[in-house]
Amino acid sequence: MTEPIIAVRGLRKSYGDLTVLDGLDLDVERGQVVALLGPNGAGKTTTVRILATLLAADGGTATVAGHDVRTDPGAVRAAISLTGQYAAVDDLLTGEENLRLMARLSHLPADERRTRPARLLELFGLTDAARRPVKTYSGGMRRRLDLAASLLSRPQVLVLDEPTTGLDPRSRGDLWDVIRAVVAAGTTVLLTTQYLEEADQLADRVVVIDHGRVIAQGTPAQLKAGVGAAYVEVVTAAGTERIETDGSLDDVARILSGLDAREVESWQVRTPTLDDVFLTLTGRPADETADRAADDATPVLQETR
Amino acid sequence: MTALDLTPRVASSGPTTSDTLALVGRCLRRSTRQLDTLLLAVALPVMLLLMFVYVFGGAISAGMAHASYVDFVVPGIVLLTAGYGASSTAVDVANDITGGIMDRFRSMPIRSTGVVTGHVVASLARNALSTGLVIAVALLIGFDAGASFGGWVAALGLVALYVLAMTWIAVAIGISASGPEAASGFTFVILFVPYVSSAFVPVDSMPSVLESIARWNPVTPVADSVRALLLGHTPATSTVLAALAWCVGLLVVGRVSAGLLFRRAR
Repeated sequence: MTEPIIAVRGLRKSYGDLTVLDGLDLDVERGQVVALLGPNGAGKTTTVRILATLLAADGGTATVAGHDVRTDPGAVRAAISLTGQYAAVDDLLTGEENLRLMARLSHLPADERRTRPARLLELFGLTDAARRPVKTYSGGMRRRLDLAASLLSRPQVLVLDEPTTGLDPRSRGDLWDVIRAVVAAGTTVLLTTQYLEEADQLADRVVVIDHGRVIAQGTPAQLKAGVGAAYVEVVTAAGTERIETDGSLDDVARILSGLDAREVESWQVRTPTLDDVFLTLTGRPADETADRAADDATPVLQETR
Repeated sequence: MTALDLTPRVASSGPTTSDTLALVGRCLRRSTRQLDTLLLAVALPVMLLLMFVYVFGGAISAGMAHASYVDFVVPGIVLLTAGYGASSTAVDVANDITGGIMDRFRSMPIRSTGVVTGHVVASLARNALSTGLVIAVALLIGFDAGASFGGWVAALGLVALYVLAMTWIAVAIGISASGPEAASGFTFVILFVPYVSSAFVPVDSMPSVLESIARWNPVTPVADSVRALLLGHTPATSTVLAALAWCVGLLVVGRVSAGLLFRRAR
């Protein structure tokens, strides 16, 4: 087996009394997509910032593409591209000017420096907006331009920090398609997310972190198997009941036919959420995001009366 | 059009002068896009000059030895403008940091201080424009500059040094500020510093407490030196040395603390 392209051992970081990373280990194989899944404050962004050489760890080691982030940050930067939580583009420049600037700073060969910006604008559907200042862009357009800037340099490792937070479902789907294309070309992707569905859609392997440590990892299927598949949530005067289902029409119909229509106040078919994963793994809800995760539970079928 | 190549490659990691030039280009371009800010930076000094000369000038020069107030006040306006123009760099730098683009630059294979260099060069360019305009208008309304070519070079050189020092202080403030709003507070402080100096009135006309503050104000020796040079007089050596010491001192403090803060931000 070849050397992992990202290798993290015992990573520690704290701010005063607050421990953010508490001995985090992480391996990412070349060409893999690994999702760091966890609630706010779990240490996802801190991990990403250390790997992108933006932040120095207090302890432990981390190498990216064979280079130590502490001793050889320049070589690490040559191998990665970072897309952070905020669209890191210049508001006053046009989309095209932003990409031209980044192309130059990425040290692309002269011919690619000329041709790549226009092609990436096209790939992300920004050709019509190319000559407009970025401050006139919508949130989704800014995120796409940001990702386009990250892809200019053809990085070996693409680091995405909550790439689709705040995007509408369609933009999210579009972004996923681009990430899949990048992966198909051989790029390694490390992404952080609060959405189990996103990890499920993109990742070969999911690493669940909480309080700065890895608490579980595996393929999305393995993780969800531990949580249980979809369930039918039934609200009656007596309370809320969860009935597990494989999600098929036959199975849901069987469960619904067993219910007494006069007692049921509302019902819906739900898929497991980050909250469910946390509940199963830790025996407690992912407190910081409990409210949000509840909102994100994807109602597949719904009827309320 | 052939398919977009997404195959990973290894970038050359060495930082180059071309990076810094690209970042300077970015900041110059930004300056031309902020038309309101640019107009303010250019129009405000001219308006201040006209106001000081025509509104206050009559009353002020009645008590002064100077033949004409415009001859006295030009260096004051130039330094006020320069300080204000330089201090807006604090807002630009703070914007880069909170907006996230600094993180992108810092994760690229470039020397990230080039980002700051870009802002510093743009500040110098903006100030050259506004200073030139103030002097041009001053000459039109009767500023009697008796300076030789050498005097002009020395005076403008000193102004440039002052701008550079204020810009680097502004960079340090921009890095340590919690955001652009906090950083913009600094521009107001800088806007008022020249008033308690010899920039607009002679210091011996002030109450004694203010007079001692004004004598220690770095703007005073710089304004006195620039004034003497532009009028074709020879400034006192001690005044020029004080002006140079202040400018170089502030420049070093700004440059070093900006460097330390930049690194600590990791």
